[in-house]
Amino acid sequence: MRTFRTAAVVTVAALLATGLAACGGGSNGGGSPAALTVYSGRSEALVGPLIQQFTQETGITVDVRYGNTAQMAAQLMEEGDRSPAHVFLAQDAGALGAVAKAGLFAPLPEEILDRVPAQYRATNGQWVGVTGRARVLAYDSQTLDPADLPASVFDLTAPEWRGRVGVAPTNASFQAFVTAMRVQHGDDRARQWLADLAANDPQIRENNVQIVADIDEGRLAVGLVNHYYVFERAKELGVGIDDLRVRLHFFPDGDTGALVNVSGVGLLSSAADNANARRFIEYLLSPTGQRYFAEQTFEYPLIAGVALDPALPPLDELEAPDIDLNDLDTLAATVEMIQQSGLTT
Amino acid sequence: MLQEAMTDSAGRARVDARARFGRPYARGRRAWHHLAPRPVLLVASVLAVGVSAVPLVYLAVRTAEAGGSRIAAVLRTPGLAELTLRSLALMAVVTAGCLVIGVGTALLVVRTDLPARRFFAVVAALPLAIPTYVAGYAWVSLVDDFHGFAAAAVVLVLCCSPYVYLPTAAALAGADPATEEASRALGRGPWATFVGVTLRQIRPAITAGALLVALYVLSDFGAVAILRVNTFTLAIFTSFNLGFDRTGALVLSTMLVLLTMAVLVGELLARRTTTRYARVGSGARRPPERIALGPWRPVALAGLAAVALAALGIPAGAMARWFSVGVSRPGSLAEIAAAMGNTLTFSAAGAALTMLLALPIGLLGARAPGPVAAVLDRVTYVSHALPGVVVGLSLVFFGINVAYPLYQTPWLLALAYAALFLPLGVGAVAGAAAQAPPGLEEAARSLGRGPLSVFRTVTVPLTLPGIGAGAALVFLTCMKELPATLLLRPTGADTLATELWTHTSVAAYAAAAPYAALLVLLAAIPTWLLAVRSGATGPAVIGGGS
Repeated sequence: MRTFRTAAVVTVAALLATGLAACGGGSNGGGSPAALTVYSGRSEALVGPLIQQFTQETGITVDVRYGNTAQMAAQLMEEGDRSPAHVFLAQDAGALGAVAKAGLFAPLPEEILDRVPAQYRATNGQWVGVTGRARVLAYDSQTLDPADLPASVFDLTAPEWRGRVGVAPTNASFQAFVTAMRVQHGDDRARQWLADLAANDPQIRENNVQIVADIDEGRLAVGLVNHYYVFERAKELGVGIDDLRVRLHFFPDGDTGALVNVSGVGLLSSAADNANARRFIEYLLSPTGQRYFAEQTFEYPLIAGVALDPALPPLDELEAPDIDLNDLDTLAATVEMIQQSGLTT
Repeated sequence: MLQEAMTDSAGRARVDARARFGRPYARGRRAWHHLAPRPVLLVASVLAVGVSAVPLVYLAVRTAEAGGSRIAAVLRTPGLAELTLRSLALMAVVTAGCLVIGVGTALLVVRTDLPARRFFAVVAALPLAIPTYVAGYAWVSLVDDFHGFAAAAVVLVLCCSPYVYLPTAAALAGADPATEEASRALGRGPWATFVGVTLRQIRPAITAGALLVALYVLSDFGAVAILRVNTFTLAIFTSFNLGFDRTGALVLSTMLVLLTMAVLVGELLARRTTTRYARVGSGARRPPERIALGPWRPVALAGLAAVALAALGIPAGAMARWFSVGVSRPGSLAEIAAAMGNTLTFSAAGAALTMLLALPIGLLGARAPGPVAAVLDRVTYVSHALPGVVVGLSLVFFGINVAYPLYQTPWLLALAYAALFLPLGVGAVAGAAAQAPPGLEEAARSLGRGPLSVFRTVTVPLTLPGIGAGAALVFLTCMKELPATLLLRPTGADTLATELWTHTSVAAYAAAAPYAALLVLLAAIPTWLLAVRSGATGPAVIGGGS
């Protein structure tokens, strides 16, 4: 009995040691270290296949660390210049701006920056947008006609929309949207709109996925989300986008509600000379990479000449408001405005 | 009085000194021994608590950096007082609910003639295997319009009641019926005996379980986020998301630490001195007499069945539904196997490190109880109440600045698990050590063995079953952990919990369902072991010590 127990203890210890040694190497299985380390705030389900495609085409092995964009940005800022990361792929510009402000990014080569229109990259060249994400109004097509929908996002504070509007105020794209409103219409108008919305019984959800799900199941009438969530839902349920109960409505005439956000990428300064990292960023902005985003994640490609999903209006038709996605000091003030309005409590 | 003193060798010295000189203090080397009993254990305990205190050091550093004006700005966030009160209210309601269900189930299973006792004994503990975020998603997808304070309270009560049930059942099973029989023989009725004797005996176990529940509710994020209850933890997460500036979130976390300390101090003050029960003479250990339920039997069965259905049936049903309705499918079998392997390895490392660190603290608490041991024990609870993301970031800070070679290896993740779950381990060790008679150790010393030899050949074998149970509990809790794992895992290594999160974040619930099911099934194995052990006559599993 005693020898059995000793043997059991020794076996367990041996298994533990080998297990830890083996998985310490991560996806490479303890072999040679990967040529490139990417921190991705974008989900593995969305960008994983593209990164695998990159490895297949170029032979550069990539170690990807997936997480939530906000927490990944916090981790990068905590790691500072000792971070093992070479590239940061973020879900939105605010996170990239925060990391850039902490002085962690290296300026990107002009050649890469010029592929993308000026409003979708950092003015100091420290990050570049990869895909466009349009703000839309998702609506319940069974109870609402397109004619019933508001012409402007400002109409959502009217009494007829009381208790019927879904928003996710902690979402980064909502923050960018409020920043756009402040730039286009001034602080006072934005503050008023937030207060009116908070007083109109808004249906607060934690994220856009929940808003779209609730509209599709008839629990919400409308919601302010990004356009591709509806496509994601269609894909999950295995149906075409026109078979869904939830539909998309783009606000017309350059209304703030038609803002285009970007997901983007930045190069860490510790990897400024890393050729693999630059190749990766180039790949994301190449026709192959951008076509992947258009076809698989249903987002807007930012380089010219890539075909779009037929259900989406082209980027230049959107008349999106012209705001500087870089302006972080504005973002801090936006955040305080959202908090003061009471939407997040 | 002599019996109480005899449980502590330093105490015996105290009694002797008092008898001989009439003074409360002894002199010289003995004085030092009196002030700091068990110096080796004390030093080891302080080092172990140091590990648990890494998040607190990090918070202090970052909060100091934030500066007074920023701190004041965060404190002026509108609705903060309301958030605090709501968190405390949720904590109180869930603790009360868990006490009712946990103690009630334990009594029914251990002390009555309920049919299918063994089945219910295991089923009552199984909700421990279900992460609160899985339970939250499950309830939301099956029940219409399910959100708010009451909803979160229901889900948390169902998920956390095993924390109270397990130690209570173990204490009831291990309690000596002789004291109750003596009380009955002296003329007290059954109800008076129950309240005056039985409840008093198991009170330490109940209190320990209740404290774990209370602090877990303060730290929980999964359930409150999904069910949309604005609590303090949600405010911390919102701070991370708003503006990508972690300073606000960390200042709020410091406030949460102060709140936790207030709860702990309240618990210490509210608690009266534990009455110790000891027998003179060995007597015969007998199984407790079971109460006949009679006409209440169907009611009791229905109640237990309803709780089991709500706690286990709903998550199982939801997972089956997701899998059948959705189109997405999980990755290849190799991916699932890799995730499972990582989960098991990381959790095993976490459990091993936690029990190693818990050993000196628990032994100190059981062998040399006093203010020092109590303070050390309570400090471990403070990190337990912090959200996983804060503990994760604190260890990123520690890894980058202090232990760079360990950064993004499983060892730092094991350290995070230890910082988070040390109270679970300490409770188990303290309970096991309290049940093991110190007289045996003293006999071994008096027969000439050195302290290390005594530890190896007497203490460890006696407390090993209890330590094993503690390890099982920490193991299954590590498996469910998500935010710290996301931050600290080696790049490219996925666990079942992180895969589950990846899929649910893009609404691919069908792909997530198998990971959730596998996670629950794996966690159910140590839970079943815990339930079987506590149902039998054995040392207390959680708490049950001083």
